[in-house]
Amino acid sequence: MEYEAVIGLEVHAQLQTRSKMFCRCSTQYAGAEPNTHICPVCAGFPGVLPVLNEYAVELAMRVGLALNCEIVSTNRFDRKHYPYPDLPKGYQISQYDLPLAVGGYLTIGHMGEERRIGIIRVHMEEDTGKLLHRRGDDGEVYSLLDLNRAGVPLLEIVSAPDLHSGAEARAYAQKLRQILRYIDASTGNMEEGALRVDANVSVRPRGSEELGPKVEIKNMNSFRSVERALDHEIARQLEVVRSGGRISQETRGWDEAAQVTLPQRRKEYADDYRYFPEPDLPPLVISDERRRQTQGNVAELPDARRDRLAEQYAISAYDAEVLTGSRDTADYFEAVVARLGDGVPPKLAANWITGDLFRLAKGEDGDLSGSKLSPDLMAELVGMVHGGEVNQGSARLLLEDAFRSGRSPRALARERGLLQVSDESQLSGAVRRAIEENPAAVEDYRGGKKQAIGFLIGQVMRQTRGTAKADVVRTLLERELAASD
Amino acid sequence: MDMRPDSRSLPDLSVRELRTLLDRREIGAVELARAYLDRIGEVDGRVRAYLTVTAELALEQAEEADRRLASGEAGALEGIPMALKDLISTRGIETTCGSRILRGYVPPYDATAYARLREAGAVLLGKLNMDEFAMGSSTENSAFAATANPWDLSTVPGGSSGGSAAAVAAGEAAFTLGSDTGGSVRQPAALCGVVGLKPTYGRVSRYGLIAFASSLDQIGPLTRTVEDCALVMNAISGLDPHDSTSSPVEVPDLTTALRDDLQGVRVGVPEEYFGEGLEPGVERAVREAIERLRALGAELVEVSLPSTKYALATYYIIAPAEASSNLARYDGVRYGYRSPDGEDLVENYLATREQGFGPEVKRRIMLGTYALSAGYYEAYYVKAQKVRTIVKSEFDRAFERCDLIATPTSPTVAFELGSRLDDPLAMYLSDTYTIPASMAGIPAISVPCGFSDGLPVGLQLIGRAFDEATILGAAHAYERSTDWARRRPELVSAG
Ligand SMILES: [Zn+2]
Repeated sequence: MEYEAVIGLEVHAQLQTRSKMFCRCSTQYAGAEPNTHICPVCAGFPGVLPVLNEYAVELAMRVGLALNCEIVSTNRFDRKHYPYPDLPKGYQISQYDLPLAVGGYLTIGHMGEERRIGIIRVHMEEDTGKLLHRRGDDGEVYSLLDLNRAGVPLLEIVSAPDLHSGAEARAYAQKLRQILRYIDASTGNMEEGALRVDANVSVRPRGSEELGPKVEIKNMNSFRSVERALDHEIARQLEVVRSGGRISQETRGWDEAAQVTLPQRRKEYADDYRYFPEPDLPPLVISDERRRQTQGNVAELPDARRDRLAEQYAISAYDAEVLTGSRDTADYFEAVVARLGDGVPPKLAANWITGDLFRLAKGEDGDLSGSKLSPDLMAELVGMVHGGEVNQGSARLLLEDAFRSGRSPRALARERGLLQVSDESQLSGAVRRAIEENPAAVEDYRGGKKQAIGFLIGQVMRQTRGTAKADVVRTLLERELAASD
Repeated sequence: MDMRPDSRSLPDLSVRELRTLLDRREIGAVELARAYLDRIGEVDGRVRAYLTVTAELALEQAEEADRRLASGEAGALEGIPMALKDLISTRGIETTCGSRILRGYVPPYDATAYARLREAGAVLLGKLNMDEFAMGSSTENSAFAATANPWDLSTVPGGSSGGSAAAVAAGEAAFTLGSDTGGSVRQPAALCGVVGLKPTYGRVSRYGLIAFASSLDQIGPLTRTVEDCALVMNAISGLDPHDSTSSPVEVPDLTTALRDDLQGVRVGVPEEYFGEGLEPGVERAVREAIERLRALGAELVEVSLPSTKYALATYYIIAPAEASSNLARYDGVRYGYRSPDGEDLVENYLATREQGFGPEVKRRIMLGTYALSAGYYEAYYVKAQKVRTIVKSEFDRAFERCDLIATPTSPTVAFELGSRLDDPLAMYLSDTYTIPASMAGIPAISVPCGFSDGLPVGLQLIGRAFDEATILGAAHAYERSTDWARRRPELVSAG
């Protein structure tokens, strides 16, 4: 029997607000001492009440709109109960049956095809604190509680079970992060835990409409581990069903070191979160006007920008895709193009940015933060290449230099003698010397082997350390060889 | 006019009378605070209204009050000694909620209601006894002591704000704050012969009020007169940015609503509140009071609130459900009591809660957890909310025909200490008449309306949402036409 895998992703993204979801504590706790970013509200003291951070709502709405969702005009918060020390109130304020946004999609490019992946819901909730487990000198295990993270605004984005492979899931997660970053909703940083991806995986006979028993996969800490963990889990499940076994509904964790998914310890109590509407917060009513306003704050999204760049600047779809990988690189490209001289094709700038610049930057998604090559300098360099002032090889050297030093490529070229020489009087000596020193090649040329001129051009280039302009050298050589016939 | 026309001692005067004496500099705030501390020292061994007496702080605050009184910057309650139910957070002062699980807990912040009283100049005498987590109708569920009713020390003061009511009745504070979830201000006010108001839900900030049932809890004043109640309400009401359920509806000066007659006021009388379980002595006093309202000019209107009989049952779904959630945070990890027992986290949680909570609290946590459980939620919690909507709409309909509704506050007078401890259902029935207004979120006041077997009876006046003015106005007119407000229990030797 043919089987297919069905995957749905639950992505948690921390919203990039200055203060927490329900209190005024700062969210900038990275590197801070434990329990220094807390107050009675986020530490769950008796008698405290939550006050909703309106900017978190704004960011959450942006995400909903960017994912083509319907904003639920009257949504509300609910309490989700479970006992654990990292949850100071004993419940998490979340959204259950009336989430902020429902019924959207995002488009992923996969194997050369565009696919729409459904978004079931987008809802707001608060992050938990962190437990740190330690072992004392006496060998006894104890735990420390840090509530700095407790109450940081989170968004949970639940996809439809529309994904079928690890690669697709990875593409979805990456696309989602790209969008979150475009609209300044989240840093999307997986290593810092600002973006967390959990998956529900099942397998079923191809063509079947029913879903098999779901296995929840956790602890995937990078896009690569998302892909590997899910592919591993799919293979594991296929092996079980093909050998006549049954998949049990469970939670498994990805073991990065062993590259396998392993069952997580079973809880001692059944999951019953006892959701009920949060009585401390009135229903959240989103007016049409507010929705329209937020729509206006949603920046041009990656796909739209990709299509516009390709069209407006006559660059390839591939270049446009790469350039719009992040809003920063797309902004950079457009800034460079705006500074190009008349007649310099944006395509040339695109090539240099996606090629050499990205290679130097090496940051994922073309992170250019380490580069000192401003759009002005990049435009200067591209102009020099287009105008024949430097050749490709020299331009590459200049780019690397300017990337690190932030100095003008033209000044660097002058200093290093890399400007191309097209002045005939400066080249004639080298041309004559090449002819004198290579009688065999000259003879071949005159004997009809016209391609022998390539060798002579190479000799001139070597003498001029590559700064000679090749087409000028060719003309001079042809003229000289014809004259001394 | 001499504000001390009789032999009453300072602690038995009203807030208004005391303010006048302070303004005239006939007494000082420190002197007044001392008089109250003396009264506490004299009677609290028998009444047991206080869990904590903050004598030193009271004298400090009173000194400040004297300075402001001297410089003419006095607030509306400047120098008035008061006390708070022990679930209103006070920075630096132990706040136990009547529970072992919060023994030793010292809040790092002030409740908004307390902060506002301090802004108005009031002086804190201490924290008052209560049923644990405000669950109870007799104050016997306190983990620390049972408060006695000052009118008869062998009876209960009512609850859960029993300490707050007893303190006012015994002259141990000029006024107090309690909290009312299903009657916890009004019922003890009735049983102790004082005035108690449950404001409209959202009128007074809940920030810093340790939650029992969030959609029902309201802080309310307990006072010796209706005018005092208006004065305290003026100080504590209004929108609070820390409480998203507090209302932006404007707060009028409630003292201007006080009136002497009831011309043009339509008073609704619902027969559902005069049925089975109502003590004859209570019924007699309440019916006489309603006749008095008519004599003052009110028009009596028969109204019907047929869902009253379902209110109690639905309350015992909603309130425990919310309580089971609100009390989930008491795990011993961050504050309060932590059991030394248990091999791991779950065992320690269980031991802490087993040892930290009393039987009534455990009963309600179990009720509430059950009502919210998967498979039962729709049948209990959701259905209860529907009944709540019906209760509310019945009040709306009734208020089309009347301006306020008059009922008994409690079906009985104060009962013997210990007499209902083994029968939670009988205890729950104490709140039969107070719960409907709580469910509807509307304001209701209990005002003394006589005695039955020597124990006080309360008249409850229920008003429209945010219309505290009408019920205070009517209660004031009634109070002025009787002398109930001047009667005090005989705890101290006359002189
Ligand atoms: Zn905080």
